[in-house]
Amino acid sequence: MPENDLIWMSLLIFIPTAFAIGLLLFPKGWEEGMRWWSLFGTAATLGVSIGIFGSYLVRVNQFHNGPGAPGASLNERAAALDTAPLGAVPPSKDWVARESWIPRFNINYFLGIDGISLALVLLTTVISFLSMIASWKIDKYVRGYCILFLLLETGMIGTFLALDFFLFYIFWEVMLLPMYFLIGIWGGPRREYAAIKFFLYTLFGSVLILIALLAFYFTDVRDYVPQETVTNLAEQRLNSQGQSQLTGADRVAALDKAREAVVVNTFDIMTLQKVGKAALQRLHGADAEAINSEGWKWAATRTDADREAVKARLNQSFFTPGFQYTMFLLLFIGFAIKLPMFPFHTWLPDAHVEAPTPISMILAGVLLKMGGYGILRIAYPICPWAAESLAWWVSLFGIINIVYGAFAAMAQTDFKKLVAYSSISHMGYVILGIAVWSVSKGGDYWSFGMNGAMYQMLGHGISSAGMFFLVGVIYDRAHHRNLDNFRGLAEPMPLYTGMSAVIFFAGMGLPGLCGFIGEVMVVLATWEFSKVFSVLAALTVVITAAYILWTIQRVYFGVNPAYKNFKDMELREVACAVPLVVLAVALGVYPQMILSWMEPSVSRFIEQVTRVGP
Amino acid sequence: MFKPDFLLDLQSELAANIEAFLPEVILCAGIVLLLVLRLFGTFKRLHLGWVALGVSVAGLAVALGQWPPGAFGLQTPEDFVGDRVPLFTGLLVYDNFTIFLRIFLIFFAALVIVLTLLTGIPDRDDSADFYCLLFGATLGMCIMASANHLLMVFIGIEMASLPSYALAGFLKGRRQSSEASLKYVVYGGGASGVMLYGISLLAGKFGTASLPALATEYVNALQPHADAATIAVLTLGTLFLFIGIAFKLAAVPFHFWCPDVFEGASAEVAGFLSVASKGAALALLGRVVFTFAGLDKSVHAAGELDVAKYLLPMLAIFAAVTATFGNLAAYLQTNLKRLLAYSTIAHAGYMMMGLATLTRAGAGAVLFYLVAYLFMNLGAFAVVAFLRNQTGSEDLSSFRGLIRRSPVLTVTLAVFLLSLLGMPPLAGFAAKFQIFRVLYEGGQYYGTVGQPGLGWWLYALLVIGGLNTVLSVVYYVKVMKVMILETTLEEVEGRPSPPLSAPGGSLLYASLLAVVILMVGILWDPLARVSDVGVDRFNVSPPLKAVARAGTEVRP
Repeated sequence: MPENDLIWMSLLIFIPTAFAIGLLLFPKGWEEGMRWWSLFGTAATLGVSIGIFGSYLVRVNQFHNGPGAPGASLNERAAALDTAPLGAVPPSKDWVARESWIPRFNINYFLGIDGISLALVLLTTVISFLSMIASWKIDKYVRGYCILFLLLETGMIGTFLALDFFLFYIFWEVMLLPMYFLIGIWGGPRREYAAIKFFLYTLFGSVLILIALLAFYFTDVRDYVPQETVTNLAEQRLNSQGQSQLTGADRVAALDKAREAVVVNTFDIMTLQKVGKAALQRLHGADAEAINSEGWKWAATRTDADREAVKARLNQSFFTPGFQYTMFLLLFIGFAIKLPMFPFHTWLPDAHVEAPTPISMILAGVLLKMGGYGILRIAYPICPWAAESLAWWVSLFGIINIVYGAFAAMAQTDFKKLVAYSSISHMGYVILGIAVWSVSKGGDYWSFGMNGAMYQMLGHGISSAGMFFLVGVIYDRAHHRNLDNFRGLAEPMPLYTGMSAVIFFAGMGLPGLCGFIGEVMVVLATWEFSKVFSVLAALTVVITAAYILWTIQRVYFGVNPAYKNFKDMELREVACAVPLVVLAVALGVYPQMILSWMEPSVSRFIEQVTRVGP
Repeated sequence: MFKPDFLLDLQSELAANIEAFLPEVILCAGIVLLLVLRLFGTFKRLHLGWVALGVSVAGLAVALGQWPPGAFGLQTPEDFVGDRVPLFTGLLVYDNFTIFLRIFLIFFAALVIVLTLLTGIPDRDDSADFYCLLFGATLGMCIMASANHLLMVFIGIEMASLPSYALAGFLKGRRQSSEASLKYVVYGGGASGVMLYGISLLAGKFGTASLPALATEYVNALQPHADAATIAVLTLGTLFLFIGIAFKLAAVPFHFWCPDVFEGASAEVAGFLSVASKGAALALLGRVVFTFAGLDKSVHAAGELDVAKYLLPMLAIFAAVTATFGNLAAYLQTNLKRLLAYSTIAHAGYMMMGLATLTRAGAGAVLFYLVAYLFMNLGAFAVVAFLRNQTGSEDLSSFRGLIRRSPVLTVTLAVFLLSLLGMPPLAGFAAKFQIFRVLYEGGQYYGTVGQPGLGWWLYALLVIGGLNTVLSVVYYVKVMKVMILETTLEEVEGRPSPPLSAPGGSLLYASLLAVVILMVGILWDPLARVSDVGVDRFNVSPPLKAVARAGTEVRP
């Protein structure tokens, strides 16, 4: 019987798939039924995610009060899973769970939740639910649309929960295809071009990630897993060589010999993070004693030869600067394409503009965050040394993103393109927030930057999804998106204008709304790192304000007789917009609502993977 | 009466040899049976496909019975090393590699027979001829997979080729089909001639044509004291030999026949050739190359990578060019079968990358790839055949908006194409992943044994393989775009497009293949283990002098 938490996390991932399969049973012509069914599917997923959230909160608060408590740390809970005695029933409420999947290559079905992934999972389920509401207007091939939509949700949630790099990669790729079709079939006039461009860019990034994945796999990580595992492997080896009947001193000697030959390869992100940290220490000049890995702890009580072997393993290519740089760049570029980061961003304006409204919401609200999540969960912790050495360059690209995106947004006349470029600008804060995380300066500011980046991802998820939805609302009525041809929408549509104001101001980063917190945290954290960057990032807020205010002025103010009899938002549209507005305000007014449970995980995570010394 | 030794050997071991050779014997018996049956009036009214299916299932059962029992659930290849029995005084070799490929080939033949029963090509009157040819080709391919002697290499290739020529021209009334057949014969004849020349050079120079014996001669010839003439003969002979194999494999630049033949032949035959012929050729290439490089356990020569140093770059170049060219040429194709032909060329390139590592893990990855490739390529050609029966065309443009006309076939074809592209969680991804894995692993391995140059070849292949995956997106997605994103001509004119009424059997066939691909893509552990057992007779890596290895022990 698998653990409870494994069941719940699997449900969270695969409920959408199950509902997608269920859609095949609907007879032709029941479009309305299919929509409700799919909405029910996303609602069920949302429900499960909220349930898991509750349970996680209880767990974090009940057992470990205060920030930085071990319960909030995924790494420590995963380590506890490792060291649990063989055959013991693992605790079913720790929200990490592992089942063997492809033992031949040591690939596991390994899922886990901490404050970081949970925040993004909640964002995913909320945005999916809301964009399903926004999908009601889709009346072309409804069944296909809903199936792809639900499969996409499975891919997104799976990516955030996977703790095995291989599993992560599978989910990452699973998202690609539904997205291609969702843009390519239900998109605007240039949909096919936009869809294939999206596909090619993302697949190129995936190939880079795949190469890094392989490179990590061929590192011998036996010193970073519990030594019982190594001993077990040695015993298996012994038995398979037909030496199981040995006893006494013979057996000990044979076992020692078998143990020497054991090689452990893994895709386990948690283990790879430990190796990454060891590489960081190693490249800062620490030797085996200082790194104090599991293997060293074991070897310290053993013979000189064992200790020499551990030291020799620290000379693997993984621990060389060249390897760290290469892998960091492969991963970083792979994820940055999704983020998207200048100069890999050009797929985004096309994809956003051509995608139908609900898919734009998902793209901006969730998909971009996967890039940030990948950098944060994989690229940085596994190659921290390269991340640290390249911190300046990475933040430079963050700044370029912020400034370039803002200016490009100002130049747009297409409403959706404006929102798309504003997304690029806002995701720049995420890069910057992550980039200022560097161990050399000490202090707390990098934790601050990381929290800011996370908060920015959530805030942007809400505000950009909202913006795209609101653009969609007006597009349904006016059938164009040209900013210069609007004007005077406030008069016929007061409710719509009010909601737009909140969401757009949130995007602008007005204090009291969700966009503000993340930006401020990032800018403050950057100050310690580079005052120039900090000032630039802060100044860009002015440009952001300029293009947003200018947009509001062009779209809502004034008088326009042509649009006089536009209907205000209907009930369905209100139902979709109100939660976003409420969230935008709530996250802005009371950030502690999120930070209280996210911050401990972030801080602890950083301590785990960056701390120099034992 | 005087009898030479080898005749005595042959006599004394004949019974055991025939037993090991039983699957092939059953195929031979099937050919005879099919030829005899058509003489009787009663059977003239019967489609002999069912008889052929019965024969192939019997052959498959025997072949499966030869698979070592208990070799399914083992941990590592070290746990299981099967026998390596030379058959017929060393002309053929019987080991797990042979058994694996025999199962593969006969199983595939059975699947093709089911497909032909579903599509109705051949019709009743021609059925005996068709299945005789099919079995004949399969027999030749089985021999290719187990050849241990240059003579058998040649005989195997010829036995596989001659029926293939006839199969390619089987649609007698069609001009294109006859043209395809003729082209195939001409190219094939040329390639065979060149190969035979190469074989005679090698056999004449070294006085033996047995592969393990030749491997030893290679090592000796490559020693510093060797004279230039020997090396010249060696190089030429090897190159000519490889040209013959490369022709069967459709490796660039010996691929020109492939698109034409696939376009002209019926989709069923093209599907058969694309998988079986390539599979057998890869097996043969693997066998020859691995024996020459000293990876076969029967070779007793410490080569210290002497041979591998030349073979690895050669294979790497072939593989890289083949994969890249196949993918680039597929861009411009509008005929679905031509497009798939170039895709198979590209896939041959990927599989050669696996062989180019010259490690046991590489061979295992290729075996895995072959099985995945069987399902996805057969599936793609099967759907093309079904669609041809429905629409009468194999042109991409006639498949516009197919999703509205036949959703099941479109979705299954999309699954096959995506698997060929290598999207997880489908079998094609698992296969490609393993190829990439052995490339990286091999690169690392050659680095640790002091041959970083060889390692860089493999790293370069890894990058080229990755880029090729991105390249191939365009044309696979193009097919899906036409089928799914574009609208039919009728819809453009505002009329409803007529749905296709594909028979249930064909829908089931395509769906089952798609499900297998999904299953293998999610749970690939069993197949990975089986393919490990299939290569258990090879050494982990080319033999080395004892070299002090830096860092870790590598376990390819």
